[in-house]
Amino acid sequence: MPIRRLLVANRGEIAVRVLRAARELGIQTVAVHSDADRESLAVKMADMVMPIGPPQAAKSYLNVDALMKAALDSGADAVHPGYGFLSENATFAEKVESAGLIFVGPTPEAIRIMGNKSLARETASKAGVPCVPGSDGVVDSVEQAVESATRIGWPIMIKASAGGGGRGIRVAHDADELRSQMTTAQAEAQAAFGDKSVYLERFIRRARHVEVQVLGDGKNAVHCFERECSLQRRRQKILEEAPSPALSADTRSRLCESAVQLARSVGYRGAGTLEYLYDDVSREFFFIEMNTRIQVEHPITEMITGIDLVREMIRIAGGEPLRFKQSDIVMRGAAIECRINAEDPDRNFMPSPGKVHEVILPGGPGVRVDSMLYPGYTVPPWYDSLLAKLVVHAEDRPTAIARMRRALRELHIEGVKTTRGLHLTLMDDPRFQAAEFDTNALEGWLAARAPAASPTTTTSP
Amino acid sequence: MAHHEVLSPLPGTFYRRPSPDAEVFAKEGAIVKVGDVIGLVEVMKQFSEVQADAAGKIVRFLVENEDAVEPGQPLATIETA
Repeated sequence: MPIRRLLVANRGEIAVRVLRAARELGIQTVAVHSDADRESLAVKMADMVMPIGPPQAAKSYLNVDALMKAALDSGADAVHPGYGFLSENATFAEKVESAGLIFVGPTPEAIRIMGNKSLARETASKAGVPCVPGSDGVVDSVEQAVESATRIGWPIMIKASAGGGGRGIRVAHDADELRSQMTTAQAEAQAAFGDKSVYLERFIRRARHVEVQVLGDGKNAVHCFERECSLQRRRQKILEEAPSPALSADTRSRLCESAVQLARSVGYRGAGTLEYLYDDVSREFFFIEMNTRIQVEHPITEMITGIDLVREMIRIAGGEPLRFKQSDIVMRGAAIECRINAEDPDRNFMPSPGKVHEVILPGGPGVRVDSMLYPGYTVPPWYDSLLAKLVVHAEDRPTAIARMRRALRELHIEGVKTTRGLHLTLMDDPRFQAAEFDTNALEGWLAARAPAASPTTTTSP
Repeated sequence: MAHHEVLSPLPGTFYRRPSPDAEVFAKEGAIVKVGDVIGLVEVMKQFSEVQADAAGKIVRFLVENEDAVEPGQPLATIETA
């Protein structure tokens, strides 16, 4: 049943992105907003607007009851969750469906399976997808953990089953360390996530973060190649590119095929991303987790494949089958995304909310900007700091870097501090140009650049 | 007895505890020294520590846990010796 009116249960640039896709499909749009977002671009663009509560996300964008009420009151027949907030909340997806509306995403069951780290691992293993060597599921006792770790090899990570985003992880280098950390890790997991289950995984010291985009319609699934997202700070991606400059054609095809196998095995519906660690030296890749939603960095995949992922996920949610066979999906050129955040890289990435006086967005060949900025917009302090995703596409990686440098120079945002300067520095960095980096590289480069700044803590000025 | 006010360094949400289930950083009546953490301000999903910038006794907190605060807004009063 085709969707007629879509409520976007999100804010910021992704709300704008989803509204645009819906509008191109001739679907009416409903924006929601907290009291802090009355003047947002999504609110200005949408056909209908529903207030959902106070600025605090817990009381608005994470408030299931408020969003359900907005959806029903607006007469929407579908809900798109965007990323973050409730996008991977199975209970929310369930409530949307049991109210008779369409959830633009996978089934609640798929969200639940992939949201549980050890269950996701198990599912991947069964589908023949290589995982980081680890315990088969949860380890309960200290002795079971030591036995398992001896088989896997040291050093080892103790990870909370219900954890995520780098939280709930400890590293042990030998049996003594593991013994002393096991109980603490379980207690921490219980306190932080309400679930004391932990599992073990081999700790890979130097790895790239490579992820595969998949699309499924519940029966069939295809991949749209991979993204390289190794440049991170505090496990937050700063810059992404597609394809990964590290993969051979053979590795790429094995990696992407494994992602499709996993998506098929769970009858995946919608857009999803499988995250892998890639070891440059051994050329092994290991599945780590699946994100059951659209991701921030999806535009680089759209640039190299020409597929509008958000539009396809809305079509699939409306009941259409996948419109592409794998052989229809071709990769062309290289794309880079720079996240322009309201943060001051010269002051330890201090957040910089406030009024934006002037905005000049870059344009010209091969440039795309996904943003909610307009002159006079006030960036609220309540939410994440992403202001704009500056994306370029060119025939190859060096040309894309030159194009990104040119686009960054055109970008002008006055009123708040941004990460623009950091990206300009990266474009000129020979290590970036040579694609020599792993997931720890950027933090090392930043620490070397600013030896005086504290690398690990945010403190008051 | 002199009184000193600890001001918020940033706009955001003020927290008196490191996590929802944890004890408060500092109780009213507690003796603090310069640099002791007495709260957190969350802005754009980043947490910044609020430190006592004077030694003495915390007489009272002027904002509640999870209140919205503005830069320069007084958060707590410290009675300095």
